[in-house]
Amino acid sequence: MSPYLEVEDLRVGFSTEDGLVQAVDGVNFSVDKGRTLAVVGESGSGKSVSSAAIMGLHNRKQATITGSIRLDGEELVTASDRRLRELRGKRMAMIFQDPLSSLHPFYRIGNQLVEAIRVHRDVSRSDARARVIDMLRKVGIPNAERRVDEFPHQLSGGMRQRVMIAMALINDPELIIADEPTTALDVTVQAQILELLGSLQEEFGTAIILITHDLGVVAETADDVAVMYAGRVVERGSVRDIFYRPQMPYTWGLLSSLPRLTDDRTARLAPIPGQPPSLINLPGGCVFQPRCEYWRNVPDDRCKTERPALDEVAEGHSIRCFLTDEQRQRFGEARVERQLQRSSAPLAGVTVVEEDA
Amino acid sequence: MGTYIIRRVIAMILMLVALSIIVFLLFQGLPGNPAALTCGKSCTPQVIKQNEIRLGYDKPLYEQYAMFAKGVVAGRTYGSGTATFECPAPCLGYSFFRGENVTDLIKSALPITAVESVGALILWLVTGVTVGVIAALRRGKWQDRVATGGALIGYSFPTFFIGLVLLYFVIFKFKIMAYPAYTPFADDPVAWLKSFILPWITLALVFAAFYSRLTRNQMLDTLGEDYIRTARAKGLSERRVIGKHALRSGLTPIVTAAGIDLATLLGGVVITEQVFGLPGLGRLVLGSVLESDLPLMTGTVLLAATFIIAANLIVDLLYAVIDPRVRLG
Repeated sequence: MSPYLEVEDLRVGFSTEDGLVQAVDGVNFSVDKGRTLAVVGESGSGKSVSSAAIMGLHNRKQATITGSIRLDGEELVTASDRRLRELRGKRMAMIFQDPLSSLHPFYRIGNQLVEAIRVHRDVSRSDARARVIDMLRKVGIPNAERRVDEFPHQLSGGMRQRVMIAMALINDPELIIADEPTTALDVTVQAQILELLGSLQEEFGTAIILITHDLGVVAETADDVAVMYAGRVVERGSVRDIFYRPQMPYTWGLLSSLPRLTDDRTARLAPIPGQPPSLINLPGGCVFQPRCEYWRNVPDDRCKTERPALDEVAEGHSIRCFLTDEQRQRFGEARVERQLQRSSAPLAGVTVVEEDA
Repeated sequence: MGTYIIRRVIAMILMLVALSIIVFLLFQGLPGNPAALTCGKSCTPQVIKQNEIRLGYDKPLYEQYAMFAKGVVAGRTYGSGTATFECPAPCLGYSFFRGENVTDLIKSALPITAVESVGALILWLVTGVTVGVIAALRRGKWQDRVATGGALIGYSFPTFFIGLVLLYFVIFKFKIMAYPAYTPFADDPVAWLKSFILPWITLALVFAAFYSRLTRNQMLDTLGEDYIRTARAKGLSERRVIGKHALRSGLTPIVTAAGIDLATLLGGVVITEQVFGLPGLGRLVLGSVLESDLPLMTGTVLLAATFIIAANLIVDLLYAVIDPRVRLG
């Protein structure tokens, strides 16, 4: 059986005065019901643009979208606006980053949620309202029957994000895209929100795409990870593949740049040198080549002239890289060695539980 | 909310008192003896002196102001003995030149200005907001450019020019209607309505230009808001996203602007009324200046100020109704 959501060779381009911005350039991933896929990458790597494309939120006059997005087998790229509207908020829903600005400041939260129900279901206002109060309670809002009539600004940040989650869940969607759902929140609230998402997923069997740049969040919640760079997926695998057996220089860099609890506090972070490329007129080779310290190990300047494909290196683990298995093994071990010299502690805030596979 | 309104009203009254003192002092400094206006060519020094006494101009300034203030609150009686006349509260003074109480003059002129202003307001809000919304939704397309160009024209030409152009084409060139002479509603409702058509269009053109730009920019700001994306993510139709979610917040500043603009117009639409011969407040204001009619000037200026101050209060209250985040107090 094919996965619940399957994204294949997705490309999203925006034409601007400076030229075509290829924000997403060949993205492949999939997620099944009850599973969580984390999409990680720097700002501008195309995470949010991909998710907006899945939801059909791009203005088709401004964005050129090609490739394939299949939701439960149904093609969304070529679907009509009307069909997308029917699916949005009903079978797939989205949780946004900043709950304060994502809720309408002039409407009571109850009314905003009631509207979300009634656009898809022919139910009375009072029935919808009862369901809203139910859902608010479910996402852990105390005094839901009173809170339902408050305005967003009267709630705390964590409560507002719970409202957003309630709004996303209100029509029992099978897919939820959470776009940096905890970035605007306190660390303590972050944990609560992630826990809530996890337990709701267990209850409803929802497929979740979690967009984040926080590897700590990934380690805690994800089943699978797609690492994005410059509009494409450069490494994809299970959460254990990514954290214990990363195979691609960019992922190595990401993991190395995390601070560790036992690091010498005066030591500087280890960032990846250079800047992400401009998405206008990308060079023809590997997008990461300009910042990669290993490209000279590949013969004939291949990294500069040829785009690596997303190839499987192990069961369910794919990368875009020209380095040979033997080279990756060697460089990977050297990286771990280097890291161990800095400290022997686990990554700060990252705990990956080894389970019996 | 209740205490807030009381506080604001008290502040408003204090502001008006201060303003009336300033206006009173300022106008006393103007050249021309108001008492001399009462008799015109038949003036002799004795008559002028007599009138000065009759109208209270022989008293010191502070006493004059006290009498004026008392007149506003309780009414006053001019003169003494047999040659007296009543000026009931709120008495804003007596116009020698016209031989009438200022309050009565305003009472007959204000409804005309009110009909003129409110009619124009409705017209410019409907056209301005519609054009603005269309321009925002069609940003960069020809509709937007036409709207921008039209607004620029509306902006650039002064009211009297637009008024005169309208007069020339509608009345003299194409003879669509006769030159409107103001007719009271009771005499002939149709003629009454006709006399307002051109003033409405003139004012609406000028203001709609501004309001279409304001609406367009507000809508563009609002359409970029995160909560608009949320509305789309819910699966709402584009019509509902724009008609409900975007308009509600996009139109808030327009309420403010409209309130203040209406108050300004109510204080007297000087040029438009002059061009179209409407006997409203604007004409009264202009007349008072040309005729050096001090009491009339004082009265009309104070009235205009009252409108502006009151409109500010009303707009602030409206804002709290529209935007739940605004807390008064």
